[in-house]
Amino acid sequence: MVDKPHLDEEALAELQDVMEDEFETLINTYLSDSRDRIESLKKAISDGDAEALAHTAHSFKGSCINIGAPRLGALCREVEKAGQDGRLSDVQPVLDTIDAEFQRVTDALHTLMAGGAE
Amino acid sequence: MDESAPLKILIADDSDSDRLILKTLLKRLGHMVVDAANGHEAVALFQSETPDIVLLDALMPSMDGMEAARHIKKLAGERLVPLIFITSLTEPEDLAGCLEAGGDGFLSKPYNRVMIKAKVNAFNRMRLMHQALSDQRDLMHERNRQLLKEQHIARGVFDNVAHTGCLNAPNIRFHASPLSVFSGDVLFASPRPAGGMLVFAGDFTGHGLPAAIGAMPVAESFYGMAGKGFNGADILREINQKLVRILPKDMFCCGAMVEVDFALNQLNIWNGGLPDMWLMRSPTERYSLPSRHLPLGILGPDQFKADMETVRSRPGDRLLLMTDGVLECSDSEGQLFGEQGVRRAIENAGLSRHPFDALMSEIQRFTGQHKFGDDLTLCCLEMVDEAGQAALPDAVELSTLAGPTQWRCDYELQGSTLGEFNPLPLLLHICMEVPGLRRRSGEVYTLLSELYNNALEHGVLQLPSEWKYTPEGFDRYYSERAKRLSRVDGHYIRFSFHHDLTALGGRLRVVCEDSGEGFDFQNHPVLQATEMAQSGPRYGGRGLALIKRLAKTVQFDKKGSRVDVVYEWFF
Repeated sequence: MVDKPHLDEEALAELQDVMEDEFETLINTYLSDSRDRIESLKKAISDGDAEALAHTAHSFKGSCINIGAPRLGALCREVEKAGQDGRLSDVQPVLDTIDAEFQRVTDALHTLMAGGAE
Repeated sequence: MDESAPLKILIADDSDSDRLILKTLLKRLGHMVVDAANGHEAVALFQSETPDIVLLDALMPSMDGMEAARHIKKLAGERLVPLIFITSLTEPEDLAGCLEAGGDGFLSKPYNRVMIKAKVNAFNRMRLMHQALSDQRDLMHERNRQLLKEQHIARGVFDNVAHTGCLNAPNIRFHASPLSVFSGDVLFASPRPAGGMLVFAGDFTGHGLPAAIGAMPVAESFYGMAGKGFNGADILREINQKLVRILPKDMFCCGAMVEVDFALNQLNIWNGGLPDMWLMRSPTERYSLPSRHLPLGILGPDQFKADMETVRSRPGDRLLLMTDGVLECSDSEGQLFGEQGVRRAIENAGLSRHPFDALMSEIQRFTGQHKFGDDLTLCCLEMVDEAGQAALPDAVELSTLAGPTQWRCDYELQGSTLGEFNPLPLLLHICMEVPGLRRRSGEVYTLLSELYNNALEHGVLQLPSEWKYTPEGFDRYYSERAKRLSRVDGHYIRFSFHHDLTALGGRLRVVCEDSGEGFDFQNHPVLQATEMAQSGPRYGGRGLALIKRLAKTVQFDKKGSRVDVVYEWFF
């Protein structure tokens, strides 16, 4: 199901174009924001709060798509759906995948920024 | 307003990275951006920054976009501030919820530069159009308010000039719309200095301000001249001349003038373009008095005919006059009330009903309305005993100046002027310069007019007053009067005034002399009788009797063609 690329090169190129000098700030903002959101997702599961889970996943999904991380966005969508359906038990494996995917995205974005800075 | 002018845009999104992207995108488009991370902040910023457009994320912690939207729309009031939801929601119910909360449109994630620019521009156009409409509406409200205020003021000025005069006299019943100033109908009534009254009804072509402006000089001339003793014909000539000068070509005034003489029981009427007047004597006896002239304001002074028709009346007779509005009343099917409606109403009035009430209720029945059009004027005046009539009020303000006290004045009218000019207002005006006499304008006017009419009709024109005793003679009297007035070459009427002060007031001596053959004053019943027990309509007799009653002394000489009258007034 999750067959989207880790990074959307085209979207990122456009963002770079738009943001100019602020591109790095944007990426760093996104990364720290995302770490908070992953923590929120975990908390919602331990609290058993399906609504908060769906909510946070929905917002997280939007940011991911905007920044050009479609695979992470698709994973968020799965969590959102599970939250909406109240299937909290199904979420843990997806969350683990999100952790891993986020690490990949972080690395890729760092590489991108390092490349852009050269 | 400039469509490409930079806008102040409020954005609210709890995702810092998304907000940063959107903010940057909008700034690149040249706009000013204020941003909020949740609904609360958004509402607060909306109040403090008054942005032009709002972009709201639908789902946010601490007051979500929907609730913020409701607050913002409420705060915006009449101002249209386009509110666009930024959302990745796709469910129709969710999207509908956004619109119900006050949203004007959507912008979906991920952001697209082209779409954002197009949306902001589209909503800005809507905003500007709304603004333009609101501004125009406000301008129209303001204009309308201003117009009403001006009309109100104009109404006040108009009421001061065109007051209702003596329309509230007990022998007059009338209906005139309170809004008639701007409908073009006028109705005036004024007592005459020597008793009797003048009534004028008018109907201007057109409505609104032009009609009201036209009515002003008519009112001014009518009241000004009536109070100074001018007769109906003089006033009609003056009004006509004024209207010809001031009104545009396609505007004129249909009008009727009625000179009411209660003492002589006589009506002088002039109808130029108004519906037939009706003289009602009894439920079965009535006469219509149709228009015989063109309306006022059409003919030049040389072509205008102000001749009034003299109609004998009896106490209790009622004269009904009305404007076109009465005939133009329509029923629910658009049928007009018309002349037959008026005729039907007064024919059915019978004995018990006042014709005014009969006509009014017939109009109400016909139109099915209790309130009818503004331009409907109806007036009914009844011939009554003069004693029941209030004369011109003596409350004319006294000048603080003493005025002339010792003076002489000779005034002589000659030849054809006798047939063309009424000298009474001028003579009265001279006497009214004396404050003591001004308080007695009615008596002075009566004195002067009786002297003048006797000198003219019985002295110069040699008309026998006996003719007036019978209806046939009455008509003959007036046709003969007109005929003889055209042959007055070589004749004259001379007035000599002499005023002086006395210990208790003043004394006005008036000598009136005419070129006629005089009359046998030695054997005149009035001058011989010690009592004034006059009965019957003896006109010449009445005149002399009045003079004797008002004056201190009356002396005739030169075979009765010279009268010497002394009138006294007291402080």
